[in-house]
Amino acid sequence: MRRLVTFFATVAAVGMAAFWFVTRPDTLPRDALAGLVGDEARGERIFWAGGCASCHMAPGSEGARVLELAGGQKFPSPFGTFIAPNISPDPVHGIGGWSAHDLANAMTRGVSPAGQHYFPVFPYTSFARARFQDIVDLYAFLLTLPAVETPSLPHDVGFPFDIRRAIGVWKRLFFNKNWVVSGDLSPTETRGRYLSEALAHCGECHTPRNILGAMERDRWLAGGPIPGGKGNFPNITPAKLDWSEADIVEYLTSGFTPDYDSAGGHMALVVDNMAHLPPEDRTAIAAYLKKVPPAE
Amino acid sequence: MKRMLVATTVAAMALAGSVMGQDAPFAMQIKARQGIMEYRALNIGVLGAMAKGETPYDAAAAQKAADNLVMTTMIDMSMLWPEGSDHSANPASTADAKLWTAEADVAGKDAAFAAAAKAMQAAAGGGLDGVKAAMGDLGGACGGCHKVARIPK
Repeated sequence: MRRLVTFFATVAAVGMAAFWFVTRPDTLPRDALAGLVGDEARGERIFWAGGCASCHMAPGSEGARVLELAGGQKFPSPFGTFIAPNISPDPVHGIGGWSAHDLANAMTRGVSPAGQHYFPVFPYTSFARARFQDIVDLYAFLLTLPAVETPSLPHDVGFPFDIRRAIGVWKRLFFNKNWVVSGDLSPTETRGRYLSEALAHCGECHTPRNILGAMERDRWLAGGPIPGGKGNFPNITPAKLDWSEADIVEYLTSGFTPDYDSAGGHMALVVDNMAHLPPEDRTAIAAYLKKVPPAE
Repeated sequence: MKRMLVATTVAAMALAGSVMGQDAPFAMQIKARQGIMEYRALNIGVLGAMAKGETPYDAAAAQKAADNLVMTTMIDMSMLWPEGSDHSANPASTADAKLWTAEADVAGKDAAFAAAAKAMQAAAGGGLDGVKAAMGDLGGACGGCHKVARIPK
């Protein structure tokens, strides 16, 4: 009997150790950013391409207030409600105490400075494809923004999804940094892919998700229901989006659809961001969208 | 007596219905304001087609479209947006009830649209680059209300 107890205790201990090992946060090497120097001006372009403000600004901010990244917007999901944190340069409530390395770990590994997994509502599964130089530039720009003393609120996520270590398993199953659209791409299409798949994280809304909340790569940008809201994220693959490249560029510039309605909802915020980019970036995104495999 | 009361009520309701011309609540107001939106879209479409390069730039046509747009900002719309005429009262409307809150600041957004239309009016006849440059603000001004108070389609 005692031997049996010892046996099961050992199995349990080994199991726990294996879980602990398998789900440990995987961080960047210490020297990952060695030699890189951030540039604020370039960082601003990354900031708008990445759409940081649309999620991290205080709810309902407009105009210059979108640069106050106080957090507080709510994102309902089948797993609970996530609340965007303060990422202003405030040293207590924001990221004022972070290094560029911390930001790179957060964006490309989904790991906090304290070594905890982030929920993938923070789109690190897309940002993981970003170049380190761009992250260092973004870091330089973020530090120029106003500091806001608004405490970040805890997410409202129930058991078992609140077990952060379990996200380590999720990452092992679904964290895929490879480009989704592959094959022969022109330089413009390649730039468009970088903007769309790495920075603008179009797929996070426009790609349907499986039961565990991971994007279905074989149905990339095929659309899906809006969690906790009315309506659908539209399918923007060539199977459904029959707009010309000029139509897409106009939409990303002014928000006008081909029948001169204007963008609404969260997409209107995306258009505001895209309008800050140089025209060639919007042209690149339009060219990329034409190369996405059609999916019904 | 009771039957007469019912009959009178039904007759009165039918009369009210025919006077309104529509059965659903706020149907006329919703139709009228959507008509104005479509008229705006039609005129912006003339400018947008030039901005995109779908039609050649035509200074007179651009000016006419921009002038029309400015005219729509001068219509008194107080009758068109009665409180409660939102999507939940009549699904024909895509207006969210938020539109009627002070927070939505419709007056400010309306003024921004009028300013963007005026800027387009000033630019439209002066060359394609001016039209292109003015499109962004115009779209942003349309989005002003659509962002905060429109039900997604």
